[in-house]
Amino acid sequence: MIPIEEFYSDPRIVENLNACINCGVCTALCPAADYYDYEPRYIERVVLSHDPVALEELMSSDYIWYCGQCMSCKARCPRGNAPGVVISALRYWSQKTGLFAKSKMGRNQVIIKQTIGQNLYDFGYCVHPSKVTHEAHPEQGPVWEWVFHNQKKAYSLVNANIDQEGAGPVRKITDKTMEEIHSILKGTGAIDFWDHIEKTVADYDNNNKNK
Amino acid sequence: MEATNKQINNKIYWRDYVKDIPKNDYFFFRSCIRQTFFPGAEQMFLNILKNNLNINYKDDPNLTTCTGIGYHSDIIPLETIHTIVARHFSLMNESGYSNFVISCVTTFGVMTEALNTWHEFPETLEKTRENLYKTTGRTFEPPKAIAHASDIIYLYRNEIANQLKYRLTNQYTGEPLKVVDHVGCHYAKIFPQHGVGGAEFPKVLSEMVNAWGGEIIDYPARRHCCGFGFRQYFIKESRGYSLTHSQTKFESMEPYHPDFIITNCPGCNMFMDRWQYVIQETTGKTYSEDDNGIPVLTYEEIAALLLGYDPIEIGLFMHQTNVLPLLEKLGIDFDKEQFIAMRAESMQLQPQM
Repeated sequence: MIPIEEFYSDPRIVENLNACINCGVCTALCPAADYYDYEPRYIERVVLSHDPVALEELMSSDYIWYCGQCMSCKARCPRGNAPGVVISALRYWSQKTGLFAKSKMGRNQVIIKQTIGQNLYDFGYCVHPSKVTHEAHPEQGPVWEWVFHNQKKAYSLVNANIDQEGAGPVRKITDKTMEEIHSILKGTGAIDFWDHIEKTVADYDNNNKNK
Repeated sequence: MEATNKQINNKIYWRDYVKDIPKNDYFFFRSCIRQTFFPGAEQMFLNILKNNLNINYKDDPNLTTCTGIGYHSDIIPLETIHTIVARHFSLMNESGYSNFVISCVTTFGVMTEALNTWHEFPETLEKTRENLYKTTGRTFEPPKAIAHASDIIYLYRNEIANQLKYRLTNQYTGEPLKVVDHVGCHYAKIFPQHGVGGAEFPKVLSEMVNAWGGEIIDYPARRHCCGFGFRQYFIKESRGYSLTHSQTKFESMEPYHPDFIITNCPGCNMFMDRWQYVIQETTGKTYSEDDNGIPVLTYEEIAALLLGYDPIEIGLFMHQTNVLPLLEKLGIDFDKEQFIAMRAESMQLQPQM
């Protein structure tokens, strides 16, 4: 059940959803519309309809997971709309309500939690050199693979401070700072949100493993 | 007459996109992607501030990620990112600074969005203050000024030009080098008033190139996203999204024969560097006449090179698309043997001088 009032009070919806004139500029310039069968204009239309059935269908589908968050739509919309920001709210509420588990692309959020979420919990960085492995990222190429296996040498050549205390690139984030970050993640609901993503996907997998 | 004035007032004026850039005393905020893949670029930014521009800055080890990649990949709730941003501002307050200067374009977008949301929805600012105090005991005030690090180099482009050891000139032909500028989407597409030149005519990089003797190429896909796509890239099965958009840009710029690409976004720089390798490996196609590919450099790397900093200390050996042909075109005096040996070691090849 989508909490309609809360959803439409989300600042991302209030700020970025005005009456759409269906001009299609957002769709014409959208990189996701180039790549997927996707129209940001359709997103605007459904959200503006305030139709709970259509909204639930949208939040349960792959459709909301196509956007690449470049926000090119925000720059060009003659009505000041930003379908990309509206998407952020749709994705949040889709996860919050558990509807995301009905979509294959939505269920992939568990991968984001286990990579980006884990990095920022463990290291204080969204991306960390020790986690960009060749197996996960073959596109990084042989130069990166060499950097990965020769981190001390490579980073010291550019005066980076990898895994050491003090200032500088890829420094070790101190335990005291990590305590603050963990406290923020817990106190503002991120940890519960992550647990909810993992549990919802695990429940879906358990319920569907014999189908 | 009234209608005419109204029409005039509704026009978009160039001056609306001339932003105030703070001149000194910067509280520097690093980028997760830049630190990982091109850490020398950030070091060069600080070196240029200190050694060439005599500017004061603070590089605070207690800063962390802004969580922006997590936010745009949809695992970080709005309240969480607001509180993390507020913690960074609290550290800035503690150190006595008020000009927040950001290395990452995603962070720049995140922070401008947070400031805008707090302005438009004051209750979210109060909630953020409450959350920060409850979770860390901290208080905060937003910065007086916020700027992207490329804004600072843009601001001082002429002072830098006066100190250049090399210019963007092909030493073999004497012609200006042809340069593609790629401005990261979140620099100005979210809030055009925060970007030099706005979203439609961003000149933050092109004016650097002009000041340093190069020639900017205008090409059809100039404003197209590099294709990062956040979750589209991080999830392996949708990574083709990212590749496709970089390829769109390469195909569009190829007929204009660029000598290199200059970027202001850590992610864009990495993707446009790496995807050329993938395209070459999978299709054999390269986008330069010498079959090397088009070198992709950040504005700090270019500024540092032209000022005479060492290519290895700048970290150019960490680029997948080889930068050596560009160094030679520019006539850079450097230890070529060491650079070639490092390149060969990383590519697992025999060095060829």
